[in-house]
Amino acid sequence: MKLEDLAGQSGEWLRGSGPESDIVISSRIRLARNLAEFPFIRKCTESDRSQIERALRERIAQVEEWRGLSYINVASLEEIDRQFLVERQLISREHSESEGPRSVAIDPHEKFSLMINEEDHLRIQVMQSGLDLQAAWERIDHIDDLIEERITYAFHERWGYLTACPTNVGTGMRVSVMLHLPALVITRQIDKVFRSLHKISLAVRGLYGEGSQAMGDFYQISNQITLGRGEQELIGQVRDIVPVLIDYERRAREFLVRESQKDLHDRVSRAYGILCTAQTISSEETMHLLSSVRMGINLGLIHDLEIPTVNKLFIHTQPAHLQKLRGTELDTADRNIERAHYLQRHLRKRDPSDDPEQN
Amino acid sequence: MKCQHCEKPAIIHITELTDDVPVELHFCEEHARAYLTQSEAEEQPAPGTTMAGGLAQQVKVGKTAEDLARLDQRTCPVCGVTFYEFRHAGRLGCPHDYVCFRQELEPLIVNIHGATEHKGKRPQHSAHGTDQQTRLIQLRREMREAVQQEDYERASRLRDEIRRIERPSGA
Repeated sequence: MKLEDLAGQSGEWLRGSGPESDIVISSRIRLARNLAEFPFIRKCTESDRSQIERALRERIAQVEEWRGLSYINVASLEEIDRQFLVERQLISREHSESEGPRSVAIDPHEKFSLMINEEDHLRIQVMQSGLDLQAAWERIDHIDDLIEERITYAFHERWGYLTACPTNVGTGMRVSVMLHLPALVITRQIDKVFRSLHKISLAVRGLYGEGSQAMGDFYQISNQITLGRGEQELIGQVRDIVPVLIDYERRAREFLVRESQKDLHDRVSRAYGILCTAQTISSEETMHLLSSVRMGINLGLIHDLEIPTVNKLFIHTQPAHLQKLRGTELDTADRNIERAHYLQRHLRKRDPSDDPEQN
Repeated sequence: MKCQHCEKPAIIHITELTDDVPVELHFCEEHARAYLTQSEAEEQPAPGTTMAGGLAQQVKVGKTAEDLARLDQRTCPVCGVTFYEFRHAGRLGCPHDYVCFRQELEPLIVNIHGATEHKGKRPQHSAHGTDQQTRLIQLRREMREAVQQEDYERASRLRDEIRRIERPSGA
């Protein structure tokens, strides 16, 4: 598999289907694991890292059902290719930016990836479109078992799976659900919601995880605690809060429709108009406007565009994707022009009577 | 309310008006400074650095400078990481740290997770005894040090011992 082939597809997590997919983008679980016979990454020598890499690569190659996986040496990738994998959420930013031998194995359908030598020796992550944590758990549990057949994990009777950072010890599991919450942002209720989530030990992050700001009104809700509760309990905690958040978001949307239908329609139409006609546009502005358009489609204010298309535009207008699709490296100014052209090509090739420019 | 980057209480609240929609941000003093001084083009701080800061602070609570200095010098016999290193990087050096720093880590872990006992999945094949593997970490490190000190006799002894553990006869 070439990265260029991936660029054309949306990947599992942006497929835009699955339960509650108007608000829930994706469900995701990751497990942190370490090999018992090596120090944690911080104390690894180059040779330790190579040996860890080899041991895991060999194990992955033995598994019959993983014949189709792409094994990518991240250390030897160009920066743009690493950035591309980060944008697709197949590797973390930390994995992209660290040094030394490290790699990733990617499922051809992008339903899971195995990061080797990230913060921990192994980070298994599974992605599922829409709200389906149970399916995600079953898949990751199985992947974990397959690796553990031949690999001895660092495990302690009392502390559970041992991780480089004590914040992950125990199950080593992070369960997260990505939500699109534009109406809660517009009505300024999002903060209140986050405060109440923190009270029940749930974390809120932006689109690209820890440290990233909430771009395009996407938020990831995840468990903060990893020790002292079983996997099912941790999953249940996240799963149970999601319908509450969906309900809040729906009510905020209804409120906007009821109280300020004109303003809302105007906002959505302007966003659509700018996206169709801009000559140069930044990634941030694109995300921001696409967010309004996405909500507009869900509220029936835009009829000639579908959610999967918008989801695809969210990822294809990211800097590395744009350059991969164009097949050449571009600086920021050129990227902004290319992004505007890309949006025009994909938003304006429909029925002329629907073209916002002619309305 | 907690700082959105660490466990400290948020004392500085910033409303960003650069976008169409005001964005409200909540920080502790340290992260507010970091946020305000970072230039727009700059990347966000690497994931983990914020957590590391949080951990360092938690360890300091209720300790005198002498206590802390003594604590900082404690070293894991297996991987050689000092408690000082952990406190600053927020990352442990090897699995054995959970055993040798147990006393120091326990209050920290209780603080993070509110629990001290793993519940849930355990490895099916190797849930018992990873002492041999821990020994390997130590032996490899000692061998490296022996080579650095040009004590090749010791290095070769250590290498033989490593091989015995890596490939037990009959396996």
